[in-house]
Amino acid sequence: MNAILAATVKTPDIDWGALGPLIALTVGACVVLMTGLLRSPAARTNLVPALATLTLIVAGALAIGQWDSNADVLEEALRMDNLALAMTVLFCFAGVLTVALSLRDLAPRDAGHGEYYALLLVAVMGMVVLASAQNLVTVFLGFEVLSIPLYVLCATHLSSEGSLESGLKYLIIGSVGSACLLYGLALLYGATGATDFDAIAQAVGGGEIRGDVLFLSALALILTGLAFKASVAPFHQWTPDVYEGAPTPVTAFMAVATKAAALAIIVRLFDVAVVGAVDDWAPAMAALAVITMLVGNVGAIGQSSVKRMLAYSSVAQAGYMLVGVIVSTRLGVQALTFYLVAYVLMNMAAFAVIVARERETGLGDDISALRGLGAERPTLAWPITIAMLALAGFPATMGFWGKIYLIDAAVDNGWAWLGVAIVLGSSLSLVYYLRVVAAVWMPSLESSVAVAARPAGARPIMAGASPEADDVADTRAGAVPAGGDTPTASTARGTHEERTDADIGDGRDPSGRDRAADRDHVGRDHRHVHQPEVVLVAVACAAAVLLLGVFPDPLFDVARDVGEAFGNFD
Amino acid sequence: MNIPLSIMLFWPAVLGLLAAVLPRGLARFVELAGAFVPLAYVVVLVLDFDPAGGPQYVTDVPWIPELGVRYSLAIDGLNLWLVVLTTVLFAASALWIAFRPVHHSPRLFAFHFGIAETAVLGALFAQDLALFVLFFDLMLVPIYFLVGQWGEGDRVAATVKLVIYTLVGSLLMLAAAVATGVLVAQANDQPLSFAINDLIGNTLSPTTQNWLFLGFALAFLVKMPAFPFQGWMPDGYRAMPLPVLVFFSGVVSKVAVYGFLRIVLPILPDAALDFQMPLMILGVISILYGSAMAFTQTNTRLILGYSSMAQLGFIIIGIFSLTAEGAQGAILQAVNHGLVVAPVFFIIVLLAERAGGSEDIRDMGGLALRAPVLAGLFLIAAMATLAIPGSANFVGEFLILLGAFKSELVIAALAFVGVAMASVYMLRMFIRTMHNRTGPAVESRELGVRDAMVIVPLVLAILAFGLYPQRALEQSENSARASIRAVQERTGAGTQAAAKPSLTREGRTATASGETHP
Repeated sequence: MNAILAATVKTPDIDWGALGPLIALTVGACVVLMTGLLRSPAARTNLVPALATLTLIVAGALAIGQWDSNADVLEEALRMDNLALAMTVLFCFAGVLTVALSLRDLAPRDAGHGEYYALLLVAVMGMVVLASAQNLVTVFLGFEVLSIPLYVLCATHLSSEGSLESGLKYLIIGSVGSACLLYGLALLYGATGATDFDAIAQAVGGGEIRGDVLFLSALALILTGLAFKASVAPFHQWTPDVYEGAPTPVTAFMAVATKAAALAIIVRLFDVAVVGAVDDWAPAMAALAVITMLVGNVGAIGQSSVKRMLAYSSVAQAGYMLVGVIVSTRLGVQALTFYLVAYVLMNMAAFAVIVARERETGLGDDISALRGLGAERPTLAWPITIAMLALAGFPATMGFWGKIYLIDAAVDNGWAWLGVAIVLGSSLSLVYYLRVVAAVWMPSLESSVAVAARPAGARPIMAGASPEADDVADTRAGAVPAGGDTPTASTARGTHEERTDADIGDGRDPSGRDRAADRDHVGRDHRHVHQPEVVLVAVACAAAVLLLGVFPDPLFDVARDVGEAFGNFD
Repeated sequence: MNIPLSIMLFWPAVLGLLAAVLPRGLARFVELAGAFVPLAYVVVLVLDFDPAGGPQYVTDVPWIPELGVRYSLAIDGLNLWLVVLTTVLFAASALWIAFRPVHHSPRLFAFHFGIAETAVLGALFAQDLALFVLFFDLMLVPIYFLVGQWGEGDRVAATVKLVIYTLVGSLLMLAAAVATGVLVAQANDQPLSFAINDLIGNTLSPTTQNWLFLGFALAFLVKMPAFPFQGWMPDGYRAMPLPVLVFFSGVVSKVAVYGFLRIVLPILPDAALDFQMPLMILGVISILYGSAMAFTQTNTRLILGYSSMAQLGFIIIGIFSLTAEGAQGAILQAVNHGLVVAPVFFIIVLLAERAGGSEDIRDMGGLALRAPVLAGLFLIAAMATLAIPGSANFVGEFLILLGAFKSELVIAALAFVGVAMASVYMLRMFIRTMHNRTGPAVESRELGVRDAMVIVPLVLAILAFGLYPQRALEQSENSARASIRAVQERTGAGTQAAAKPSLTREGRTATASGETHP
């Protein structure tokens, strides 16, 4: 019977081993979701994150295990080549760090631990599908599986209006992006008659459809759709708002993993499927890259919210990384891979510090939360310093080699001016990166006085408020210290845990004044919230940035493997 | 005698790290050890150096094969004396700090200080373009922190301005360096390599070279600074803590000079020829502008800052005379200037202490009366700055002007004005601070022993170097020739230059004539 069935029904030959990471993530997500339903709060708050971490580690390990096997799975719907595997490891890594950052966050508590972490795992799964897609259908599938959990995750901090707004905004704009992408994919199918990347590449390589309006509109729409996800200007406007409003661990995850996934699929689509039409899309994409660098770097200047600043910086970084796609060479793919890894580490270090400071100061993600960090908390000050310097491309960090690699790739294929654009963009970026470093290490005399006088958190910091206004507010707040010793102080002083929670509320809730009073009473020192895992993430990422900046060879090897297994460049 | 250069290179950084983790009180002593061991090592280097040999003490291992970057260090005539200068000035600064500890976070200071010395030495040692760029950019990081955390006045704004100004140049150089490597590899059909030796003798088209040249030149001219890139300088100089200012003004700007000789002239000879005139004109403008500004400023730091600009204008002219004399004069003058400017900066602190804390020459005056030794030391340094015969500056400027006369008479004539102007601003500064009417808040007193321990050796070094510059000249001669060989091959002047009598002889005559002066 079986033999007859095998002879008549052609079942797809499935390489289950290659699908391992996806299976692990799926199973893990379900288990995590179910575990989240347990009654015991301890199980929910501890077991669920542990299981999520375990899932991510298993998935990452399964991916590492099949390095260099470059398997086509599910009738070439997916290709687990080295790029896909490297990205899988990267997503899982980012996922683990996100779990660590979320551990004491309010968001999982608001949304339910099971749901929160399960959504995270599903998002990672979507990213893996997206990064390994070889078919237009899987592209869209992965894109949606990645997006939908993120829309929800952005809004998980239910008690914060900003979070809800962020989720809604992301949903609406993300849907526009999805629509563009879907339309583009459909047109591409119409133009080439194929959904498989290799078949598309053949059709495009034939050259007949090169000037075809249908084909060109398809490219334009696909690029638009993916540009939304990668926050490439001018489709980046959602980025700062969503990043600012979303719970910071989610922001960190979106900033690094989503961007990596989007760039992975951009490089796959454009450097594999439609690489034959490179002369058509490369100039447009180069223009986008330059605009992106410019918009991102200019936008980041003058942001007082560090999350917004990092959002714009991530826009700029996307511009740099697009260069790796535009050159459409093996070297470009390698440079992109290298830079993506560097990008993840640099940003994770920065976000971890922001998370830590949000909980410690009640100033939210305002840059003033970092003021004087160098003297106060060296274990946080160094990571953010290294992250900022690395993002700016200073030597002895990964950012330096990443930029050199990208410039190398650009010059190598005759795009020297893009290399120049990268360095000019980087020089602009110094303005805001150094501002953060200056805030950490060089609190100017006036501002340190202001910090000393400030009943921290007494006044919700509105992002974008001018520093002058802040100072005025400071002096006013300092002039009325009476609130400090009212009985509310004692009511506000609850368990350690509660205070942490209240603090995460960004100081936007009305109890801010009480907490400030509490702090004034206790002493000027910001409370030391016990959060070793956040500090560990920051320190580990920063150490990696430095270490791989001095000994970048292993990462170069990985990038080379990725490049060699990628696509069909000559 | 062959200790790896890596030890000397990383010694200061490692000790800086050590200082950062050891108890607070030890920081300055570890810092001293970090600065003095390289100084001892460099003495051995100078004695051991073979002027006829090429690069010595070579360390050369692949670092990042994927990018063709090698960890490649060496000493030759071009960098030897700049290394000497670096170690001397860092040692002097460290000693100064040991006597006058920084007002807060000494451990962190020692850490950044050590990194700074390592970065400067690394840029000088590097025989690989990517490695050079790396260290050149790395220099900025500790300086950023040193100025921003321990500086004076509006230090944060000043340091951000300084870093952005100089890093914009550096980043363009980064792009140019990568492009040079890639394009040369493509032209020669070789694997990518950034080793400077592999890049020399390339066949890049003059147009390409010109673009690359602009990238490098911008980085170096900003760092120096030369006209019109001096925008960061006044604020930066005002804000820098003094020990930092000493090595910044003395050494860091010299790395830019070195970059021209090590990288630009050998690798981009066509462009160097194309840009010879514009650069020489920039040099002349720097001299005239710097001198004029130095003459009108009243802040002593800025007087020195603008005088440095003028001196570096000289050096640019020397380099872009594209003659062996000019190149050698440029190296010598770079060392001289660093050596001369350092004690003057220290003296400024002492002057300010005696003038009620003001660094303005209008608040000074009449200091010499009760501090003759201090005045004497200042006079020697000032005289050396204005290149009085008998000082090594005289030899350096002589060689530079000789080179300039050979290539562009008009430029040389204009540059000569700078020599005269130097005496105007330096003597003005000396007279206004040491003589004249006593300033309102001036309380003169003699140099303390501790301060003397820093300043006297530096002044003695000026004298020694002035009386006996031959060793430096001999040791740098071959390398200076090598540096401009590529350019001279393009002009066909190579054979002519080789027939020239030895430069050291000219140097010797110059010094000999100087010795007749008191």
